[in-house]
Amino acid sequence: MDFAEREEEWALLMRGAIAGDGAAYHRFLIAVAPYLRATARRQCVRLGRGGGDPEDIVQEVLLAIHLKRHTWDQGRAIGPWLAAITRNKAIDMLRRRGRQTEVPIENFIEQLPAEPVSAGEEAGDVDRMLAMLNPRQRDIIRSVSVNGDSIREVADRLEMSEGAVRVALHRALKALAARYRSDAK
Amino acid sequence: MRTEELINALVTDEPSTRKRFDLVLAFAVALGALVAGSLFFLAIGFRPDIDEAVKSAPFLFKFVITLSLATSAIGLCSRLARPGVPTKEWGYALAIPAILLALAVFAELMLTPSSSWKPSLIGSNSRFCLTLIPLLAVGPLACLLLALRQGAPTRPGLSGAVAGLAASGIAATFYAANCTDDAPLFVATWYPLAIAMMVVVGYAIGSISLRW
Repeated sequence: MDFAEREEEWALLMRGAIAGDGAAYHRFLIAVAPYLRATARRQCVRLGRGGGDPEDIVQEVLLAIHLKRHTWDQGRAIGPWLAAITRNKAIDMLRRRGRQTEVPIENFIEQLPAEPVSAGEEAGDVDRMLAMLNPRQRDIIRSVSVNGDSIREVADRLEMSEGAVRVALHRALKALAARYRSDAK
Repeated sequence: MRTEELINALVTDEPSTRKRFDLVLAFAVALGALVAGSLFFLAIGFRPDIDEAVKSAPFLFKFVITLSLATSAIGLCSRLARPGVPTKEWGYALAIPAILLALAVFAELMLTPSSSWKPSLIGSNSRFCLTLIPLLAVGPLACLLLALRQGAPTRPGLSGAVAGLAASGIAATFYAANCTDDAPLFVATWYPLAIAMMVVVGYAIGSISLRW
């Protein structure tokens, strides 16, 4: 599959996701991650030791894609949108590592082969950021991610309404992104 | 945390109910214009000779400048706030008001005696120009910056500066209806000074508050 076809498929999935199709959204994120990983690895290899763990970039970019998905104009190709977000977050990452931001970061996403998930898939930054959230937010994020709980299950366990859990989860993800951001200053 | 686990959390989060960014921006422009317009009609008002002025070309030309500035800056804002959308054409569009104003100044210099240049440049409203344009621009700038926060500007400082330009374009459109100085020399001297203040303010706020 060449890049144009891939991009068309991603766009299709994302349109479904924006229309409320959770399964399409899951497939979209899983499909995009290997390309983000390839871009991130290239970035880290170039910087050598201290360039950081590529998976940290992958996870931060996924979070940004999630929170900013309404800024993708459905009439436009999705590749440039993904590339711009990836580039922006890679720059933040460099700032966090105290690197100069003049290092050129091209929009690689089009040229690179996908990099499948490997054993080194786990990333540390996100845990560090999670540790800075309040316990309730951390608990909710951990439940739906690591444990794979549904909103319903979390609501029952914490004796909250489902609506309140949804709101709390969304706020927690925004708080997580804000943590990454303040860390990059 | 593993990436697939993070993806679980993202998918569990509710579907985006956010409005498309261009709608958010359009609303911000309308609200900003409403705020500036209310302030203008309540506290400033038209110049006394407005009935005569609307028949004069130099008076009307001021609106060509301010409206083309507002339009091109709003268009650029809308593109800066969406990642991966090309901005070049709209960046060039910003040159349109500048070129039009330069041509008008050139025409004034060619058509009027040099003895009238200095009074025309100094005018009689420069102080109002420098205070009322920024004052009228505060509301629109706040609306635009709040809208940009809903977007994802990859260049926060620049986006804030362009928001300052757009807000000034809206403010100057109202102010121009009050100002009795219509000479291109006056407009080219004082309006840009007033606008520059809002650009600096927009840049400063943008580079702090528009990061995401």
